Amino acid sequence: MGTTLNNEAAIVGIGQTDFTKNSGVSELALASECVRKAIDDAGIEPSDVDGITGFQLDSNDEIEVARSVGCGDLTFFSKIGYGGGAATSIVHQAAMAVATGTSKYVVAFRALNGRSGQRYSDGVSGDIITSDLIHWSWYMPWGLLTPASWVAMFTQRYMHDFGAKPEDLAEVAIATRDHAVNNPKAFFHKRPLSMDEYMNARFICEPLRLYDCCQETDGGCAVVVTTPERARDLPQKAAVIRGIAQASGDDQEQMTSFYRPQISNIPEMELVGKQIWEQSGLSASDMDAAIIYDAFTSIVLMQLESFGFCGPGEAKDFVKDGALSAKGGQLPTNTHGGQLSEAYIHGVNGILEGTRLIRGTSTNQPEKNDHVLVTSGVGVPTSAMILGQAD
Amino acid sequence: MPLTPDQKKELEAQMQEYVGKPISEPTPGRDVVNEPMIRQWCDAMGDTNPAYLDPDAAKSSVHGDLVAPPTMLQAWTMEGFSMHEGYDEPRNNEHRLHKLLTEHGYTSVVATNTEQGYTRYLKPGDTVTAETFIDEISEEKATALGIGYFINTRTKFTDQDGEEVGWLTFRVLKFIPQQQPQQADASDTPASSAPARIAAPRGHDNSAWWAEVDAGKIPIQTCNQCGELFHPPRPMCGKCGAMDMGYVTSSGKGTIHTFTVIHHPQFPGYDFPILAVLVDLEEGTRLMSNMVDCKPEDLHVGMAVQGSVEEGEDGMKLPVFRRAG
Repeated sequence: MGTTLNNEAAIVGIGQTDFTKNSGVSELALASECVRKAIDDAGIEPSDVDGITGFQLDSNDEIEVARSVGCGDLTFFSKIGYGGGAATSIVHQAAMAVATGTSKYVVAFRALNGRSGQRYSDGVSGDIITSDLIHWSWYMPWGLLTPASWVAMFTQRYMHDFGAKPEDLAEVAIATRDHAVNNPKAFFHKRPLSMDEYMNARFICEPLRLYDCCQETDGGCAVVVTTPERARDLPQKAAVIRGIAQASGDDQEQMTSFYRPQISNIPEMELVGKQIWEQSGLSASDMDAAIIYDAFTSIVLMQLESFGFCGPGEAKDFVKDGALSAKGGQLPTNTHGGQLSEAYIHGVNGILEGTRLIRGTSTNQPEKNDHVLVTSGVGVPTSAMILGQAD
Repeated sequence: MPLTPDQKKELEAQMQEYVGKPISEPTPGRDVVNEPMIRQWCDAMGDTNPAYLDPDAAKSSVHGDLVAPPTMLQAWTMEGFSMHEGYDEPRNNEHRLHKLLTEHGYTSVVATNTEQGYTRYLKPGDTVTAETFIDEISEEKATALGIGYFINTRTKFTDQDGEEVGWLTFRVLKFIPQQQPQQADASDTPASSAPARIAAPRGHDNSAWWAEVDAGKIPIQTCNQCGELFHPPRPMCGKCGAMDMGYVTSSGKGTIHTFTVIHHPQFPGYDFPILAVLVDLEEGTRLMSNMVDCKPEDLHVGMAVQGSVEEGEDGMKLPVFRRAG
């Protein structure tokens, strides 16, 4: 029997840059800043860090960040692929590294000039022949070039199968925007969204309207992970990992798993959920809040079903009547405003918010905060985790 | 001719020199704020608010006297029809910036947004002065109208005491129109210069599929050993492990499994909105494609469709689908 990643690792430091539309600095500068802030928050020195993990999509190699921040020797480094699916995957890497004693303190980060640099809405294009590019060749000639177009295909079928309406997607957009209104770091700070504004916004890819889509942001986010034992000697209240897992589903493609018998569910998320519930001995009803990856509103509905907060097709009913609101909702969700309304740092800003929820320092802090679910990218090989209080 | 990267860099550097500069000396309005112009404006707008029109009623309003409608702000200093002169013989920095872009092929202009803010109500007798700055020039953008630059200007309105009374931002797109007028000598502009859709890059694992399409067929990969069908193609049969893969031809009959109508962002070479469909082929595999000869509102899950390979205006051959029957 191997180690189960329950109570083997904890997030002890978080750091972030400002979230902007034009940082004016390099991605390495963003990475260095957020990593250094996470190290300072953890109350350790850069030289204490002996592991770094990040996104394959990140332009910053681990060694560049290590050199810039002054980490010194590393005994663990890794990068995880598949875009936003890597968000909690990098924490998974860090957790395995500290749980096995491979490293003592691991930094997991993501930094990007997602608005002023390479934008995801710029679309995929064809300069090099890799297996990844061959994959996009099945979509590019027909005009499916952007994440919105790929996700719209699933969303349309999901709404067809289960009778979800635009108003149900709007529930997600409006509830999370309400959270951003209270978050000074959020792009949509003090800017609430009305149902009229939502419905009257232009279509991007039907049925997705403008406010169903997340932003594009310049910024960086980082966390420091160590063991719960070491965490006891550090200044911050630890967010202990109670379960964490990756999954790729049968016939998985990157964003375009269109060839499965059913495309109105997320098998890889269901597989992630199965693992973390087993590891933790917890279930959906034990979650006091959730950070649910929200590149698009529809994928929040689908994930509520993947993790068993409700049955298949029932999310449209679940989200009604302010269920996602931090003001007394059944499942306060994306209390930072999410990627729809705070910033799009590929889900890692959500990991920081999950940590703040456990610490009790969210700007939309629900009263009960024993357990928080944090999920990662949808449509890709992905991951999720449960954060909880220290024993 | 499109600009070379160096030419574009030089153009953008020249454009950036205008950012932050006033377009001209501050311009005072030709007339002070006055009741006849207010009346004409209200007549034209159908605004019957007594605060603007009725001196007696206005005395008992919160303003204590007649005021001008705030939205008239720009009217007090606007130049009028003579504004159209100056783009060939520039009279100010805005004209010079527009001319610079025109000379580089960005010949068209369209106003896209404007916003106003009001600091106080203007009263008859006030003198309004406008000072306009070139606030921001975007990076080059691909829009539905064509490729171009957004130019933002910001105007500050002040009164006789130099106090700000309001502001206005104005945004125009200066662009290369997508449909250039045809040159008399057409030999310079072959059809292939039109932007094309992004062709599928062809490698070992997909080129045989595309070769079938080039021959007018809708192919489905099959394992030559066990007969399993696959899409998209792959080098090995995941069912029996053989690496002996071939192709069968689909009848093209199918039904729509799901679809999207793509509106934004609009990439050059594609006709928007794009009708993208995922088709359940009768053979059992699915294929991503486009619907043609179909209105977006007619698309629905379960619609019976018939596929065929067609060559687009950009010379690209692709399977596309139409409503069956």
